[in-house]
Amino acid sequence: MRQKNWYLTIGLVLTACMLAFTALGLFWTPYAPSAMSAPDREAPPSAAHLFGCDAYGRDVLSRTLEGAASTLTIALAVLAVGAVFGLMIGALCGYYGGAADALVMRLCDAVAAFPSVLLAMVVLAVTGPGRYNVIGALGVLFIPSFARLVRGEFLKYRDRDFVRSARLMGVGGLRVIFVHILPNTWPTLLSGLTIGFNNAVLSEASMSYLGIGVSPSEPSLGYLLSDAQSYLFTLPWYTAFPAAVAVLLILGVGMVGEGLRTRMGAAS
Amino acid sequence: MGKALLKRVLLLIGTMLLVSALAFVAFSVIPSDPTASILGAEATDEQIATLRAQLGLDLPVWQRYWNWLTAFVTGDFGQSYKYDKPVAELLADKTGVTMVLAAVSFVLIAAISLPLGLIAARRQGGLVDRAVTVLTQITMSVPNFVLGIGILYLFALILHWFAPEYVPLSQGLGAHLRYMVFPALAIALPKSAMTVKLLRGSILGELDQDYVRTAYSKGNSQGSALRRHVLRNAMIPVVTFLAMAIGDIMAGSIVVEQVFSIPGLGRILIASINNRDYPVVQAIVVMLALIVVGCNFLADLLYRVMDPRIERT
Repeated sequence: MRQKNWYLTIGLVLTACMLAFTALGLFWTPYAPSAMSAPDREAPPSAAHLFGCDAYGRDVLSRTLEGAASTLTIALAVLAVGAVFGLMIGALCGYYGGAADALVMRLCDAVAAFPSVLLAMVVLAVTGPGRYNVIGALGVLFIPSFARLVRGEFLKYRDRDFVRSARLMGVGGLRVIFVHILPNTWPTLLSGLTIGFNNAVLSEASMSYLGIGVSPSEPSLGYLLSDAQSYLFTLPWYTAFPAAVAVLLILGVGMVGEGLRTRMGAAS
Repeated sequence: MGKALLKRVLLLIGTMLLVSALAFVAFSVIPSDPTASILGAEATDEQIATLRAQLGLDLPVWQRYWNWLTAFVTGDFGQSYKYDKPVAELLADKTGVTMVLAAVSFVLIAAISLPLGLIAARRQGGLVDRAVTVLTQITMSVPNFVLGIGILYLFALILHWFAPEYVPLSQGLGAHLRYMVFPALAIALPKSAMTVKLLRGSILGELDQDYVRTAYSKGNSQGSALRRHVLRNAMIPVVTFLAMAIGDIMAGSIVVEQVFSIPGLGRILIASINNRDYPVVQAIVVMLALIVVGCNFLADLLYRVMDPRIERT
């Protein structure tokens, strides 16, 4: 009997909840996130302010919603940049091989050897902070890992019989890549995407926490956490809720990835 | 071995040169001019030109890189714009602090993950195994600075195990290390989680091999077969992983130093980025890059020494 894949089930439910929560922040917050209110200063969580208030009386739930939405947008954009370019580079390198492949892969290895946060920090030191700079820096740095993953998959498939027969029938290179091989790589890509998403959230959070990520006018979860740390001992809820949202989001997506890998392992 | 080693060393030197050149060029194309932040907005064109010549900014990039590189290898990292001090002097004691933090983290990772990985693999499906699997998944989901904040809150505020104030080495090695354990924990826990997972999988993979059955048939108990035969092979990927993890540990310490207000490389790196003090940023980045490249090189060597089969393929 097949064992139930708890990782995938719990992960999907958790991810769905967290995505719903974050998506909500894109459209609606109970209060204006930056509206200060003197009587609510340092208010602990209550019915009116579920997550409490910060030192200026701003509603922490609203700020968390806004921050989560910002974090999600950045992470998805980073993922899009990294995945699209990584896919193209990896597919071409894996399918055609040759000297260009060797050169590109050595370059990818060199970039991938460094912690991405450190490299992104260098890029941001040059470009200055801001949402689009963060997306650009992290997105470019995420290309090599995707390229490597995709290339590995294409190497696996390029000499299979179904690819050979497609080529014999005169199917062009690009069509073989996108129509014949790509669909087979989906499970691996999907699990790679979950890892990439989590790395993007983690990197963005770390950079914003260090004050070299997003600017204060567009706070992300990492920015909120760095702001909250000054009040850690007096307003612990200000740290706890944004932290919990970040952790649950990463945990959910991580479990989906783990579940996918278990499933692939069982299928092969 | 000799020829392969030589090739590796040449590759190492090439990578290091490439990395330093990239870091240098990145900081040379910055649109904003450091002279503006040194002289202020009211500087005359003449003053700016003099300072540019003084800093060597009027030379072409490749020449500046060469000057910088030859100075770098002799330990002269240039002059800080902000503090008007040699960068090397500025970084000397801070490097030590970060190294101690990284070393303590490394020891913690080994001390946490090796026993847990062994127990989890030995009693596969048991209580410890399941608890470890769940815990690793959760620990891997917590950003290290959030973990640091959590540790600060739990151990400093609630349990009063340590005061949330940095203890420098001058107050005694014991006190210094005792303080460092807490930030190191924040770096070590997520990495330990990954190491446990890797070790567990590696041991379980080895247990299916024929040589383990042979070891049993020769009268080894489960414990001694594990210790004397399985562990040696199972450790190969783990040791490589740990050597490669140095880069992440360094990156982690940069973030965690900020949480615990530790005056290491991370603090001065962030401060210098904000101050646009590029000689300092450049020196730190190149130094960290060299450490990472060096450790990857060591990992590769270790792998070859531990698994001689690689030479033959």
